[in-house]
Amino acid sequence: MRVNVTVNGVAHSVDHVWALESLLDFLRERVGLRGTKNACEQGECGSCSVYVDGVLVCSCLVAAVQVEGRSVVTVEGLDSGGGMHPVQQAFLDAGAVQCGFCTPGMVVAAHCLLADNPDPDDLTVREELSGNLCRCTGYQKILDAVHLAAERTGAAP
Amino acid sequence: MLRPSSWRGAMLLRSQYPDASPICGGTDLMVDINFGRARPATLLDLTSVEDIDSWELIDDGRTVRIGAGMSYTRIIDELSGLCPALAQAARTIGSPQIRNRGTVAGNLATASPAGDSHPVLLACWAQVEAESVRGLRLIDIDDFFVGPKRSALEPDELIRAVRVPAATGPQQFAKVGPRNAMVIATVSFALNLDTATPRVGTGIGSAGPTPLRARAAEQMLQDSLDDRWDAPGSVDEDVGRQFGALVAEAASPIDDVRGSAEYRRHALAVLGRRCLSWALQDLGEGEVAA
Repeated sequence: MRVNVTVNGVAHSVDHVWALESLLDFLRERVGLRGTKNACEQGECGSCSVYVDGVLVCSCLVAAVQVEGRSVVTVEGLDSGGGMHPVQQAFLDAGAVQCGFCTPGMVVAAHCLLADNPDPDDLTVREELSGNLCRCTGYQKILDAVHLAAERTGAAP
Repeated sequence: MLRPSSWRGAMLLRSQYPDASPICGGTDLMVDINFGRARPATLLDLTSVEDIDSWELIDDGRTVRIGAGMSYTRIIDELSGLCPALAQAARTIGSPQIRNRGTVAGNLATASPAGDSHPVLLACWAQVEAESVRGLRLIDIDDFFVGPKRSALEPDELIRAVRVPAATGPQQFAKVGPRNAMVIATVSFALNLDTATPRVGTGIGSAGPTPLRARAAEQMLQDSLDDRWDAPGSVDEDVGRQFGALVAEAASPIDDVRGSAEYRRHALAVLGRRCLSWALQDLGEGEVAA
């Protein structure tokens, strides 16, 4: 079947979508956006986090056909200019990346957190990123990155 | 792919396509699909149905009617005053991503003994609105769970809403698991002190083939509060221990990967006692929901 959806501001009309296909597979295999990672396929790890109509979700738990007519934003679309969003830059600068597999999901979830709460305390960051697993860093650098991003974006007028 | 925009349309499609799987948040169904455990012929997507993603007060403000499409995130944001234990349970569910999609109606339709909202719905004597082209019926929560992952829903029915009596007194929910997020409960417990009737409601999760009510514990606490609901300070300290023991007795847990039956019984006795002491403290301090 056909799915019409806006991804990162671009309208897509994709044919031959499998009725039970996940939004995650749809984004990676049909739209060609591989930033959204596939790890657990059961909503445990958050590495496939994207926005659907502005709401943070695990794309593995959304059926592609459910986004008909909706708007999806992936990690590739966080900076509308196509460059580096301040959250992405902060992850780089804080060294919050080791193997990097969880990073796109972490960045999208951190982006969502900071949009709602520009100056979160540590407990809030831990709670809001509780759906994103990292098996390398021990999370401290990720917390540092979120606070760094908060500082920088808060400092901007 | 079936994508009704109205509730009437959803019911018609449900009866015409019995092999279609209803889907809303997808947090249960998509896992089964991704792992090859479910291969529904098609999906009946309820996310575009109008007017099912909100709540309203009915029965002169005494009952909260929660639409089938309302996410846990919105329950936390909007109903922590009217349905405090349900909001508490919702906070323990999954992660922000899961709470943004998951719904109480989906929790009910899956009918897992470990469903986090179920103990609260039992403790609050909730009712489930089940509707089909044949009509609407109200299912008392005590009649809803009929076995592990089996409910009283008929094949042509959809859950339209859940009716939860608004809190009149303290409510508590507690859950045991290995971490604070993304946990299927090892055991869970909910307590509702309904000061209006007055009566005591309980619910046990993850400790039996279905969510359970601890009837003997309810009766014991009700007898012991008797005419002293306004002065809970006079409740004997032993009551907490007895209450916890009766909660544990009401369970019929098994040994599985999440915990042993013995551990589950022990943990339930602790949760029962703790929830009661928190609730009595709230009662003493007059912290009664509006």
